Amino acid sequence: MNYSTTTIWVVIIGLGVGTFLLRFSFLGTIGNRPLPEWVLRYLRYTPVAVLPGLVAPLVIWPAATGGVFDLARFLAALATVGFGIITRNNLAGIVGGLAVLYLALFGLG
Amino acid sequence: MPKSSVSAAYWAGFRHGLPFLLVIIPFGLMFGIAGTEAGFNLAEVLGFSVLVIAGASQFAAVQLMSDNAPVVMVLATSLAVNLRMAMYSASLAPHLGGAPTWQKALAAYFMVDQTYAMAMLEYERHPKQSTAEKIAYYAGVCTPICPQWYFSTLIGATVGQAIPPEFALDFAVPITFLAMLAPMLRTLAHVAAASVSILLALLLAFLPGGVGLLIAAAAAMFTGAQVELWQHRRRL
Repeated sequence: MNYSTTTIWVVIIGLGVGTFLLRFSFLGTIGNRPLPEWVLRYLRYTPVAVLPGLVAPLVIWPAATGGVFDLARFLAALATVGFGIITRNNLAGIVGGLAVLYLALFGLG
Repeated sequence: MPKSSVSAAYWAGFRHGLPFLLVIIPFGLMFGIAGTEAGFNLAEVLGFSVLVIAGASQFAAVQLMSDNAPVVMVLATSLAVNLRMAMYSASLAPHLGGAPTWQKALAAYFMVDQTYAMAMLEYERHPKQSTAEKIAYYAGVCTPICPQWYFSTLIGATVGQAIPPEFALDFAVPITFLAMLAPMLRTLAHVAAASVSILLALLLAFLPGGVGLLIAAAAAMFTGAQVELWQHRRRL
């Protein structure tokens, strides 16, 4: 990471203010008027649109192995999604993913 | 408005919020560890959790910054993760819109997936509650959840420095993201959006600092909305 302290705080404060404005937007201004359905339809998909694209390169080309594909990390990622879908529980996904990661790291040496 | 019903609403919210400690504490620890691993100091890691208080976008910012992405890209992508908050804000507005501005500002600051989900469930169950009761319930849900986010971040950031690299904590970030993501894959439209996002992000990975991700995310949002429309039409 290669940012000045000022730049880091610009990001933190910018993200904080921007997130607050998103949260306050309708609650603070329009009161009781509902959003048009087509806007809601797009907003519904923002988390599943952003997070998978963010995480996919980290799984396929992990930084810790210098960007070389790593089977242990890949299996751990699949396990996390698998446990998460089956249990519908964030914590189960984390625990299952970490368990497979360590088993695979030790098992595959 | 009798005081007792407001206080009962607060404590009902408090009880409903308690189980989320099981999720918030590990996520906070993970964020503290991931932030420290990326090279942020204690004040900066805590700054994220206190000023932003939105886990997924904090992880996104930390990840992009460890790739030295331009500031504009870091902000655009991390804020895109939080666009759903505008949707939460819109759906809470009919219930909390009548409250004083300072209360709405506090409710906005503490708006996270869990507080939003619990509040909406309760308001649909008891639509006749007064605004004061609804605000009290919301505050009750926030009480066990939100302060724990700060404390567990602090502990993660302190402990993280002492954990050796054999534990592959570099992978804490992907695992946390995937764990947040998996329960969201509820419908075909969600799965389609996620697939487009993965495919385009990998294909466009050669583009500098977060540009590929923004394109992938926009295409994925469009895909999700279109698949939903298509399914809706087929059902009619």
